[in-house]
Amino acid sequence: MVNLAAAREVAAAVPDPELPMVTVADLGILRDVSAEGDWVVVTITPTYSGCPALREIARDLRHRLAASGFDEVDVRTALAPAWSSDWITAEGRRKLSAAGIAPPHAAPARSRSPLRLPGGLPAEPPVGASRSPALAAARRLRRRPRRSARPRARRCSAARAAVSPSNT
Amino acid sequence: MSEDEFAAYQGLSMQTEDHRWAFGTGFTDPLEGIDTSVPDGVDPGVLAAYCMMLGDDALIYSHRLQQWMTRMPELEEETALANIALDLLGQARMLLTRAGQAEGEGRDEDRLAFFRAEHEFRNVRLAEHTDADFAELTGRLLIFSAWRLALFGRLAGSADPVLAAIAAKGARELAYHRDYAAQWVIRLGDGTPLSHGRMQAALDAIWPLVDELFQADPVTAALPGVAADPAGLRAEVDAVLDTVLATATLDRPQAAPLARVAGKAGRDGMHTEAFGYLLAELQSVARAHPDATW
Repeated sequence: MVNLAAAREVAAAVPDPELPMVTVADLGILRDVSAEGDWVVVTITPTYSGCPALREIARDLRHRLAASGFDEVDVRTALAPAWSSDWITAEGRRKLSAAGIAPPHAAPARSRSPLRLPGGLPAEPPVGASRSPALAAARRLRRRPRRSARPRARRCSAARAAVSPSNT
Repeated sequence: MSEDEFAAYQGLSMQTEDHRWAFGTGFTDPLEGIDTSVPDGVDPGVLAAYCMMLGDDALIYSHRLQQWMTRMPELEEETALANIALDLLGQARMLLTRAGQAEGEGRDEDRLAFFRAEHEFRNVRLAEHTDADFAELTGRLLIFSAWRLALFGRLAGSADPVLAAIAAKGARELAYHRDYAAQWVIRLGDGTPLSHGRMQAALDAIWPLVDELFQADPVTAALPGVAADPAGLRAEVDAVLDTVLATATLDRPQAAPLARVAGKAGRDGMHTEAFGYLLAELQSVARAHPDATW
């Protein structure tokens, strides 16, 4: 019989390769630890499409589980459901904060990815939105240069897994 | 930091027989651990061709964005664009790997990316366009992201579970790419007379490449329930573009679509002159050292 509780504890302690102060459990990368016969099956999920760390995480999982006596380990990857920054635990957020990395806000509920424009600007085509150059010219006569909100860039790659707003 | 926290760094100095000591190497299978069997009733060869189309769009577009590294106006925008390029590269890796596996001829993502000839790439011609300036960069990214997001939104319900999962994941990223580009198009369009003029000129230059995004192709037509019909995306994409252009006080260009060559365009492997130079840069190192590992 596989000691699932022990396996779970070992798996949950694997640090994230880019942010070693948090574990894969803290970030919601570790999805499941279960047993199939004598095999331990660990399921992980990538944070973003280009994440290169998954292979390293899988290798670290196998290495640590082997060191704890679990020789038969199957690491599986689940792409669905897609990872969200909401899956970062409260403990994970605390650790990130303590390390000087601002944890992301709650992910907005986006059912159909509506356009998000700088505050106050309409996110739907204006009524009678016309492709007429004449109308556009008329609008420009009234236009003043507007200080639009600065487009927010995401953090650099070392912290992107935790704080990227794309994972919302 | 505790010893455990240092473990990741200590691992970098470990000697292994696999000489890929640097973190992040060993990219042999981005779909490792995922069930990639082709669903019943779906022709694997056609599915491979479709995944290759979508993967090529992302690979070639990502390469163009990577060429902007060290050339962005501010450091903040460098990291933003690098993130966008990396998202697309990740999508490309998964899609090309799926294509190679479904095709069953032993070609992996690297072989497909670095050793195919120009006429074998199936990306739309919008993806390979060289951005003349920052206005073209953001204008083209707006169009591409809005289109790809609409496409991925449909593919999240695909009968192929792997394609559906890749699309669901990619859609979240593409929503960010689109919104990032939209904010810059608005800021430049509704800005000074100079920025407005350059943003309008940028859209005028790119517009001939837009119509191709909505053209039908035989591969998509052969995958009902799996692929998404490009023509059906036009309304949603137009709504987004109309909103952004109106807010940016920009005119929707009237340019005619870029002509096909002997009836062929990007999806048929017929690319613009710029593509040859792009491929040379993308492939030259791999072709010079075809058996290298690092």
